[in-house]
Amino acid sequence: MSLKGAAYIAGAWEHPTRKAPDKSIALLHAECAKGALEDAGLTKDDVDGYFCAGDAPGGLGPLSMVDYMNLKCRHVDSTDVGGSSYQVAVGHAMEAIAAGRCNVALITLSGRPRSEGQATGTAPRPGNPAAPEMQFEFPYGPATANLYGMCAQRHMYEYGTTSEQLAWIKVAASHHAQHNPNAMLRDVVTVEDVVNSPMVSSPLHRLDCCVISDGGGALILTKPEIAKSLKRPLVKVIGVGESPKHQAGGEIDLTYTAARWSGPPAWAMAGIKPSDIKYASIYDSFTITVLMQLEDLGFCEKGQGGKFVADGNLISGVGKLPFNTDGGGLCSNHPANRGGITKIIEAVRQLRGEAHPAVQVPNCDLAIAHGTGGALGTRHCGSTVILERE
Amino acid sequence: MAYVARKIPFVGTPDTNPETKPFFQGADAGKLMVRRCTSCKKVHHYPRELCPFCFGNCEWQEASGKAKIYTFSVMERANPPYAIGYVTLEEGPSVLTNFVDCDFKALKIGQDVKVTFVKTEDGGPSLPFFTPA
Ligand SMILES: [Zn+2]
Repeated sequence: MSLKGAAYIAGAWEHPTRKAPDKSIALLHAECAKGALEDAGLTKDDVDGYFCAGDAPGGLGPLSMVDYMNLKCRHVDSTDVGGSSYQVAVGHAMEAIAAGRCNVALITLSGRPRSEGQATGTAPRPGNPAAPEMQFEFPYGPATANLYGMCAQRHMYEYGTTSEQLAWIKVAASHHAQHNPNAMLRDVVTVEDVVNSPMVSSPLHRLDCCVISDGGGALILTKPEIAKSLKRPLVKVIGVGESPKHQAGGEIDLTYTAARWSGPPAWAMAGIKPSDIKYASIYDSFTITVLMQLEDLGFCEKGQGGKFVADGNLISGVGKLPFNTDGGGLCSNHPANRGGITKIIEAVRQLRGEAHPAVQVPNCDLAIAHGTGGALGTRHCGSTVILERE
Repeated sequence: MAYVARKIPFVGTPDTNPETKPFFQGADAGKLMVRRCTSCKKVHHYPRELCPFCFGNCEWQEASGKAKIYTFSVMERANPPYAIGYVTLEEGPSVLTNFVDCDFKALKIGQDVKVTFVKTEDGGPSLPFFTPA
């Protein structure tokens, strides 16, 4: 049985904060939950399924947060695949709703790496010593920026991709961010600005990187009968896919992402193709992340991503594929160093016609929100969500 | 032993985990040890007891130490900067490493490199690093 249309996104809310030194992570989660419920026209008592990931405080998956928010749940899931967890949660929530295991699913993300002074991309962070790869990786200084830098370097070698082409992705994001009052970086930048910004980890410059921000977001998924009883525009989940990619025992190929595997089942479920998409939210931890995912999702041929993103092709109202019209992680927000949920929230805004008028895509009826969690240079998960306005 | 300006941190269980101990013993003796499957004969990395290709059992083998750069990235934000990369060993698998004793600006994908060893800080084990051949 296809899950297509088994759930709707009835509520979507992004925390406006980008720096929250005075709020606990638990409070940020709860404020996001409240915001998404109010957006949907539902209450806390309606929630019977809760979905979170590793950013939820407490260490035992959902337990601390269901306690803090005093939720009465009959289904929980805390699959943690980094920034892609929230697309995965949409798929898992849809499965749970279709199976009758919950009717109203709440998904939250929050964090405050900015207030905590985390050097997210440039300082290697040791993980759990029990991770089998740790002793063969951590000594070599795998910070996030150099793990993506290695992908960009290989992509340039194999396909002739240039720093200027990558820069166009930041340029497009900045054109959108100028209209978002909550965005961290609202100045429009040029290709020259990006390639002349200081090198962080070659070949990625400072402006090839996303922001480090506090904040969060939440989503409410529910079954069709409930969604149709609410007053919000109907946003139907029509395709989902998830897949991890890793080092494969040493058979390493850094030229593609897990989107190559998470995309096809999502396209098949939705019964549409990339050229049908009117708006794309594409995970943007770095410019190279966007370029590789666009190729792997089928928006262009493998290796042609550089040409595809150049010359404003991702700018709303200018190019063929408007992307990340809130400014994305590159300019607006990357809460908890996990950008998956904000990708889905902006896609919902676009489908409802509630994006900023300057970036709203006319007649936006089909959108994609793709996430990547972990690091493209070692192991990561790709997760794809395709949404339709009904 | 190669010279590295950066202190090399270590998190792991080089002495107490028999699955990986021969790798670190080898490194301390200047040998790059890899795992070859007794069933499918393929070499993998990082080293595991069960082959990640077929779950067959593996034996240790000394690698030649010859490799080619698959990719790299120079972390210029760090002080001192360092160059991370994957090298593809002559025996097959690609291995995460750092490049040492070289001009980072001259690094090239496809370049021939050879193994050298660096001691990790605080009395940790030696680890394989790579330098232009
Ligand atoms: Zn085998």
